[in-house]
Amino acid sequence: MATATDIVTAARSDQKANSYELIETLFEDFFEMHGDQTDGDDAAIIAGLARLGEHPVAVIATQKGITLEERMASHFGSPEPAGYRKALRVMKTADQLNFPIITLINTPGAYPGADAEAAGQGQMIAKNIAEMLKLRVPILTLIIGEAGSGGALALACSDQIWMFENSMYSILSPEGFASIMWKDAHLADKAADLMRLTPEWLLKQHAIHRIIPEVMLSDGSLKTALETELTALAKQDVNQRLAQRAAFFRKF
Amino acid sequence: MSFSDHVKRFSSRSVSMLKQYEAQVPNGIWMICPRCKASFYYKKAGQYRVCPECGYGFRVSAHRRLKMITKHFDEWDTDIATEDPLDFPDYDRKIKKAQSATHLKDGVLTGLAQIDGQSVALGIMDPLFIMGSLGTANGERITRLFERATAQGLPVVLLTASGGARMQEGIYSLMQMAKISQAVNDHRDAHLAYIAVIMDPTTGGVTASFASQADITLAEPKALLGFTGKRVIEQTINKQLPDDFQSAENSFKRGFIDEIVPRDQLGNRLSQLLRILTAQKWGDD
Repeated sequence: MATATDIVTAARSDQKANSYELIETLFEDFFEMHGDQTDGDDAAIIAGLARLGEHPVAVIATQKGITLEERMASHFGSPEPAGYRKALRVMKTADQLNFPIITLINTPGAYPGADAEAAGQGQMIAKNIAEMLKLRVPILTLIIGEAGSGGALALACSDQIWMFENSMYSILSPEGFASIMWKDAHLADKAADLMRLTPEWLLKQHAIHRIIPEVMLSDGSLKTALETELTALAKQDVNQRLAQRAAFFRKF
Repeated sequence: MSFSDHVKRFSSRSVSMLKQYEAQVPNGIWMICPRCKASFYYKKAGQYRVCPECGYGFRVSAHRRLKMITKHFDEWDTDIATEDPLDFPDYDRKIKKAQSATHLKDGVLTGLAQIDGQSVALGIMDPLFIMGSLGTANGERITRLFERATAQGLPVVLLTASGGARMQEGIYSLMQMAKISQAVNDHRDAHLAYIAVIMDPTTGGVTASFASQADITLAEPKALLGFTGKRVIEQTINKQLPDDFQSAENSFKRGFIDEIVPRDQLGNRLSQLLRILTAQKWGDD
């Protein structure tokens, strides 16, 4: 069985599908929406509307970037307050239009910057969490690589939370954990082991719903699985769905 | 005669000749882009009437703009005309002049359009009708555009161009902002989509109401988009402002525009969006 350190390495691998590629593979007619309608446009969040098969969806994804320039612009996939605002306004548009929402997550966490703090990083995450729990449309989250801290949870208060088998979901990055616990970020491997961030363990705790073998992306069965799940969620009574979403988090 | 005298005589003659030739060039043959100042033979602007240098979309009548999007259009509410609520001096004559220039009763064209075979409630404001200013007549037509779209379950595409409130209609003009916003709200409450396309210029009360209330906001390159006019700001704060400070590009950077779409690509983009917006809902089958 893969160790926690193996999972961390695999989750951060450069071979991971880039968010734009993933969107291209899974959806048709993707239209990217820009801007938070308040202050700016954060490259770390991709948001827009598309079709999944015959039906409409909204897609929100974190973006790490491929080139150095892209990675600098997105702070290696770490959203700023403007990114969370953009995500929320597109999710609200989806709620209005009755489009289900799919979030694709690959982020070490929210960007730790002075400007981001001043612009209300914590407040924006808080707002996203509160608002997402109230959205009346189905929400499905797929964790692609890393999902760290409140910065990931701000896009994962969903009806279904799925993880690729080579991905991790944790309170924060192993480096951050080690530096808080032992004042030494170099003890990340030891931290990863203690943090229980693997999909197997998280599934046993019912912190996620499903593990997706990565082959499902290449053989097309992930797309079918998403369609089946969204159809089932859409057929549920709205209030029942919201109650289940609340109960999922209430149990912890 | 000295050499310098020859030069002077020659240059003054060529200047007067140039002026003579210039007078012979009919209006509109030679165009100057108000954004990048490039000058060019009018045919270079092409059927979409854009600057070949910077992509700025020239102000064109609503009827002309419609032809660039679709051939399939049934016009709505053609009978609404302004009633001059303030009995404003000379307003009547101004309206008549604008009507003959634009072939519209007031500054907006509305109706049911097919874009790539998909039905949509389409509105196009006309910047050539008293600068597309918002009065009771075009305000009513835009309101009914949303109301009909709501009743018929259609998405709305509205191309905005306006200098803002219609001064000659005073408080009646201001009230249009709230009246139209209410119709936009009702349309949204019916879970229908509204796409705004910001054209040059979109300012004042139009920016401060329905142009900024869309689900998806597109803009034409280099379009002016703002609330208070540049001159008013400059005279108030006593400072010169850069030419492009209210551009669509700046608004995009500040997060208010989803995408800047060149004129020749708007049809394709609207068609793509309508495929998503009118796709069959989940769980309906």
